[in-house]
Amino acid sequence: MKRKIVLLLLTLLAALLVACVQEEPEEPAAPAEEPTEAPEVDEEEPAEEEGEAEEEAPAEEETETEGEAPETVRIGVVYPLTGALAATGVASQDAFLLAAEIVNNEYPDLNLPMAAEAGITCLDNAQVELVFADHQMSPEIGASETERLITEENVVAILGAYASAVSNTASQAAERLGIPFVNAQSTSPALHQRGFQWYFRTTPHDAIFSELMFQFLADLRDQGTEINTVATIYENTLFGSDSSETQNQFAEQYGFEVVANIAYPSGTADMTSEVQQLIAADPDVVLPTSYVADAILMMRTFEAQNYSPEAILAQGVGFTEGSFLETVGATGNYIISREVFALDLQENKPIIGEVNTMFSEMYDRDLEGATARSFTALLVLADAINRACSTEPEAIRQALLETDIPSEQIIMPWEGVRFDPETGQNVLGTGIMVQALDGQYQTVWPFELATQELVWPYPAWDER
Amino acid sequence: MPDLAILSQVILSGIFIGFIYALVSVGLTVIYGVMDIVNFAHGEFLMLSMYVVFWLYALFRIDPIFGLPVSVLVLFVVGVLTHKLIVRPVLDAPMSAQIFVTCGLLVYLQGVAQFLWSPSYRLIQEPLLSGRLQVAGLNVSLAQGVAAIGALLTTAFVYWFIEKTETGRALQAVAEDRQAASLMGINSDRMFALAWGIGAACVGVAGALLANYYYIFPTVGTVFALIAFVAVALGGFGSVPGALVAGIIIGLVEVLSGFFIAPAYKEVTVFALYLVVVLVRPQGLLGEW
Repeated sequence: MKRKIVLLLLTLLAALLVACVQEEPEEPAAPAEEPTEAPEVDEEEPAEEEGEAEEEAPAEEETETEGEAPETVRIGVVYPLTGALAATGVASQDAFLLAAEIVNNEYPDLNLPMAAEAGITCLDNAQVELVFADHQMSPEIGASETERLITEENVVAILGAYASAVSNTASQAAERLGIPFVNAQSTSPALHQRGFQWYFRTTPHDAIFSELMFQFLADLRDQGTEINTVATIYENTLFGSDSSETQNQFAEQYGFEVVANIAYPSGTADMTSEVQQLIAADPDVVLPTSYVADAILMMRTFEAQNYSPEAILAQGVGFTEGSFLETVGATGNYIISREVFALDLQENKPIIGEVNTMFSEMYDRDLEGATARSFTALLVLADAINRACSTEPEAIRQALLETDIPSEQIIMPWEGVRFDPETGQNVLGTGIMVQALDGQYQTVWPFELATQELVWPYPAWDER
Repeated sequence: MPDLAILSQVILSGIFIGFIYALVSVGLTVIYGVMDIVNFAHGEFLMLSMYVVFWLYALFRIDPIFGLPVSVLVLFVVGVLTHKLIVRPVLDAPMSAQIFVTCGLLVYLQGVAQFLWSPSYRLIQEPLLSGRLQVAGLNVSLAQGVAAIGALLTTAFVYWFIEKTETGRALQAVAEDRQAASLMGINSDRMFALAWGIGAACVGVAGALLANYYYIFPTVGTVFALIAFVAVALGGFGSVPGALVAGIIIGLVEVLSGFFIAPAYKEVTVFALYLVVVLVRPQGLLGEW
């Protein structure tokens, strides 16, 4: 009897653990399947909650915003501060803190929004206060923490949530409660197409990146490099599957043949079967979309299986995260990735170097794609609050819609920040291609921004 | 039908990773077999041993191969201490307490690891065991090959120890009937501590071998622990040969289903297999009860 109970408990725990290891449930699939499969799940009564919340929220805010300008403006930050993505989350936390430091104090020498004077000038120099919450890579926790920040911590806006699957649910909570949600890093293209009023995304999304990747391949092909086939390999949550889907569309548009689409479970123990499928498909270019643990394991498996395609062209993220190249060492060389940011861009944009000097002095690491975008997102939001001259959510939303920050004032390679009024997507975002050379990602495309010459094809493992 | 070379490569990799799963599961099954307590923190023991060899490498340039004995020793002590400090006090407590005490240990160890060693991914960049061999047209990563063989040998050693030595028989006696064993003059508490020591030492070996090629991270244990639970249930609670067989089966099912169906479904296949075994043969493949 006892053993049976243990077995039962073990099964339950195993199921629980699976859920944890998988991190994000498959968001996009759920809405389509739920009604047919599990009608009884509806017990959660989302409709009622919604009504209540909508009534409550505005009232609360009015009482708060009436009267004198506040001394502090509280901004909620929902990021993964523990769990598999903790390193990225904590690094982003540092970047937000640096951005807040720049907003709250006088940095007249920095050509950045909100740098010259102290605090939110229009609100009597109110200080920006960041309220951090940890979503542990769970969409459920992301939503509940967002709600908590809004209803209990009285934040005027939310910055979140890194992982697309979590941004998806967290921004739903913000939408429901009518608070601006500024998304700095999530790149799933589905996110800005939900018809939300309160969702703003500063970063370019995967469709833009994917198109850039194919423009890059097409550029190379025009120069005479022979590239015909590609294969995608991607983690099977929202981020990976959206990325693969858009890559398939652009492959067709740009005339490349997709010979395999390989989905794998994130946090897998072994990647042999994935890599063997790639070997069997034999594409010219492998297009991985992965978080960092899988990226490490994938590169180690490529090396172990002696697999070298013509090129590995990654959808950033796991492959470009700060710790990745450092961790894998020489194994990471010659990977090409789309990137939102590279430090060598400072040759063309000195402001990047100035901010990076501050960041590395304070936190002992350089800026990279994730941190640079966190930094930028807070400045964009602070700029909007300042122009709104209010902590009233609707005013901030209007100000965000009118955002127009020029390229010179951001530390990204973008042409600026301006949100599409329908979708909340920054329409001026763009990216670059970088290649890992001697343990550093260097800009190799667009060719006019390149600081290093592209190494193509990917050298065989034995010839390095 | 895929290329024969690719297929053999897939099967070889499945067996390799299967041996590792087996060794992790053997540690779990030894503890369970003797004490009827599931060590939910088993994956975290694995994580600890990976960090032991990592720090030996990072701080003293001691290669994982030489770090292995240290890791075994450290983990043996960790196992014994876990028994003495955490498990023994709840031996007479309700069963739920016995279950949650190791769950608590799991959360605690993950938290401590993240606090002390930061949530950064670590990798041993240039282990002695690097590079790869070509054996009959198959690529064999030296690190993975050695890990697989090491895991197999360790599993065999544990089996020999439990079946053939006097102490091992004493362990079995305690597992079968604690009171009768005590009457025969066997110190059951010492045997419990030994079971925990052996169980943890098994992942001490597994972790040191894995560290040669696997990333090291505070939650790396969950990746393997989950599969180890399945392997233990599949092979039969408390059965060392069962854990070995189950480990290899899981390794093979995983890579083959990943290759032939889709990698996204490999865990589905493994757990479906587990469910079938639990329903059809709840005692596991080689279980005796």
